[in-house]
Amino acid sequence: MRVQFKSSYDHDINLFQDNRHRIQYGILILLAIAAPFVLPEYFVGELTQIAIWSLAGLGLMLLVGHTGQVSLGHAAFMAIGAFANMALMERGWPFIPALIASAVITGVAGAVLARPLLRMTGIYLAIATLALSVIIEDIAIIAEPVTGGVSGVIAPMIELFGYEIDRYGTPTAFYYLCLGVLLLVTLMYANLLRSPSGRAFLAVRDSEVSARALGVNVANTKTLAFTLSCAITGLAGALYAHMAQVVNYESFLILISITLLLQVVIGGLGSMHGAFLGAIVVVLLPQVIATLRDLVNAHTPIALGDYPGMDMAAFALIILVMVIYEPRGLYGVWLKVRTWFQLFPLYRKGMFRRSRTYLKTERMR
Amino acid sequence: MDVLQLLISGIANGCIYGLLALGFVLIYKASEAVNFAQGDMLMLGAFLGITFINTGYADLPFLMGLVCAAVVLGVFGYLLERFVLRGIFGQPQFAMVILTIALGFLIRFFAGTVWGHNPMSLETPFTGQVLRFGGLIIPMVDAVIIGATVLLTTVLYFFFARTRLGVAMQASSQNQMAAYYMGIPVKRVNAIVWALAGVVAAIAGVLFAAKGAVEPSVGLLFGIKAFAAAVIGGLGSLPGALVGGLLVGIVEPFAGRYLPSGFGQVAPYVLMLAVLILRPGGLFAQVSQKKV
Amino acid sequence: MSLLQVENLSIAFGGVKAVDGVSFSVEAGEVFTIVGPNGAGKSTIFNLISRLYEPSGGRILFDGQDITRLPAHKIAPLGIARTFQNIELFDHSTVLQNLLMGRHVRRKTLWIEDMLFLPRVRRAEREHRRHVEEVIDFLDLAAYRDKLIAGLPYGVRKVVEIARALSSGPRLVLLDEPASGLSVEETKDMAWWIEDMQKDLGLTILMVEHDMSLVSRVSDRVLAVAEGKPLALGTSAEVQADPRVIEAYLGAEETA
Repeated sequence: MRVQFKSSYDHDINLFQDNRHRIQYGILILLAIAAPFVLPEYFVGELTQIAIWSLAGLGLMLLVGHTGQVSLGHAAFMAIGAFANMALMERGWPFIPALIASAVITGVAGAVLARPLLRMTGIYLAIATLALSVIIEDIAIIAEPVTGGVSGVIAPMIELFGYEIDRYGTPTAFYYLCLGVLLLVTLMYANLLRSPSGRAFLAVRDSEVSARALGVNVANTKTLAFTLSCAITGLAGALYAHMAQVVNYESFLILISITLLLQVVIGGLGSMHGAFLGAIVVVLLPQVIATLRDLVNAHTPIALGDYPGMDMAAFALIILVMVIYEPRGLYGVWLKVRTWFQLFPLYRKGMFRRSRTYLKTERMR
Repeated sequence: MDVLQLLISGIANGCIYGLLALGFVLIYKASEAVNFAQGDMLMLGAFLGITFINTGYADLPFLMGLVCAAVVLGVFGYLLERFVLRGIFGQPQFAMVILTIALGFLIRFFAGTVWGHNPMSLETPFTGQVLRFGGLIIPMVDAVIIGATVLLTTVLYFFFARTRLGVAMQASSQNQMAAYYMGIPVKRVNAIVWALAGVVAAIAGVLFAAKGAVEPSVGLLFGIKAFAAAVIGGLGSLPGALVGGLLVGIVEPFAGRYLPSGFGQVAPYVLMLAVLILRPGGLFAQVSQKKV
Repeated sequence: MSLLQVENLSIAFGGVKAVDGVSFSVEAGEVFTIVGPNGAGKSTIFNLISRLYEPSGGRILFDGQDITRLPAHKIAPLGIARTFQNIELFDHSTVLQNLLMGRHVRRKTLWIEDMLFLPRVRRAEREHRRHVEEVIDFLDLAAYRDKLIAGLPYGVRKVVEIARALSSGPRLVLLDEPASGLSVEETKDMAWWIEDMQKDLGLTILMVEHDMSLVSRVSDRVLAVAEGKPLALGTSAEVQADPRVIEAYLGAEETA
């Protein structure tokens, strides 16, 4: 196991603990940048999707993983971001201002909704946000001037510094665009987490009572978390719209809200890594299943193509196993594996044993 | 007269919402967790009913088929608790939410694989029959649904208020640890609650199939609406669930009739959000405050 | 003038008067302890002072300012910090992070500055850390600095919670049963720390405690309460000798 010598408080304040840590992430970013040159074009599309869902996942992670407020309706905020971006660009706004504006608009929408919503807790909040997601589908049809009604809107071409960026025409450029936004948001998110704002989020998540006793304004903190979460998700929505090229009321069904929540759970709640890992699973799993299906079809008489919805079922099965055996998600698995290697051969079985919290009602008669 | 007709159809729909909401409340009362797969269990119940009752399948008499579906789904609920949900006993409620969402996906996949994705409906002895009161025409289906709901709710109410098992369920819902120390077999009680929720879902499902068409994805949306109903009533209250169900059932057709198109579907959710914002614990809320 | 003044404080839960007309005042620099049998309303008094509960009558004055109607999060910035009977730490964070959360009232930066991590955020972080390190030294927690709360022994968590309270730089510290669940050894340490907090840091301490050895060792004055009403006020020895107090404890034991 490595021992770290700390010589200044900055070790704990910096984004990266030491040079080794810095190099690891540097390599990761370089790989992400080099990927389009190495991989076939098809995978660039997949990577773009991963970037976009990572972004959406980060948005939800801020709320669920770091502030402890469950939302089952975040597709609604993706929709707001997407439609806002489309509508502004159609009215002649350049891409960057429109993108920023769509984040701001979604954030404001979130802030307005946060006050009444966040009076609720736990299950009630989950259900209220779920309802929001259902309602937005109908609003997308009703608000025709903005959303194009049933047929939806077609994404305009992105023009950036004289270049035309298009998902199909210039997939690499679009990938870099998404990657850039993702990195920027990740940096800001990490900054929040290492500063008083982020600590206030965690305080509210772990014990509202003691947060309040420490002088944290719980209602304001939750509202801020909800606002930022919505803004990030709105950004993801806007990029998603450019990737999908056409968005309408069907682009942001409740199923997306639910999948997004499952994504951050599968990745690992309470860690930024979780949002990324979850996105990788969500995007690549259907591909893996399709490949497996082709293999099975080719070598056995079973025609798996007759069972639609198999990727969703496989996804659900993973969730099921994960919740029962590894509630901290893929990131938890990664931590265990890493510790196993670091301590080899001294790893003990009970090292990550989790304490159980037996249900006590908060209802009082 | 038109209004009255609309009202009765709304009440009948509301009863099914109410029954499904009862399922939510049952599980919530026992483990203070919400079963997001309840809607899918209703869908499963509906398909089981069709399998047992329809000609060309098992061809059983209606009541017999209903009982069979209820038994199968009851056993399913019990096994589900015993072999899947017990794995997260002692985990935060959030884990239960995620787990049941995943279960819902799996049930949907299972139903799609077994029964396909084309809508099916149930053949009943009272299909097409109507009752006439003056100028008022009540479909027999609606009357059966309303009657069955009243009966089931009464039985459940007395079960929780009067029987030892019912009281044990209430106790274990409020403090598992204390209930355990008092000699209540908390885990077994939980399993029985899930069985009961399965039975209720089966009955609701069969009634649902008697009134309209069923396909695998019906559980999700219907479940969310029933959820709205349960929440409007306040998740811990059995009468509240029924009232919530009726409210949702009645609001829907009227909103569909009198509001511009597009607004009708969202009415139940808007109603729920309004209730939650005004009374964050629902209409029949229990006071909640954490003790420090 | 007293640092904390409680006048005729009352609260009822569904008809039961948990606190019924309690008055006392805590002078700057003293250790003031509230004792009483279980269910006497001691913790409720704490929760009233930290404004987690809404009193049905009476007033609370801190340093001359009426705080009876302030929202709960406005209490800590005045210089009142507290611990909880059953420990309310942030379990998924390290000791260091918990103590930094205790610095919330000294926060100088807005969220938007935090998000961009401007140089002044870094400067503020360094300063928070310096204060926290002082507390870590004071309570001898250096060995646990980077440990997660969830894995710490109960006794250490008790100390961490006090450390978190101290990190905010308070004037008045409310300790809710600091020795409950501690071993004899740990209770002795706790007594040292309370004395140090009073003498070295010049803090005022209001405490609820059952362990009479600790109470008599550290307390300047003791208030006994039973069934929400004040019984006796005086030095530890005086209160323990008071016949009404003895009766309240014995009576409580007979019915228990």
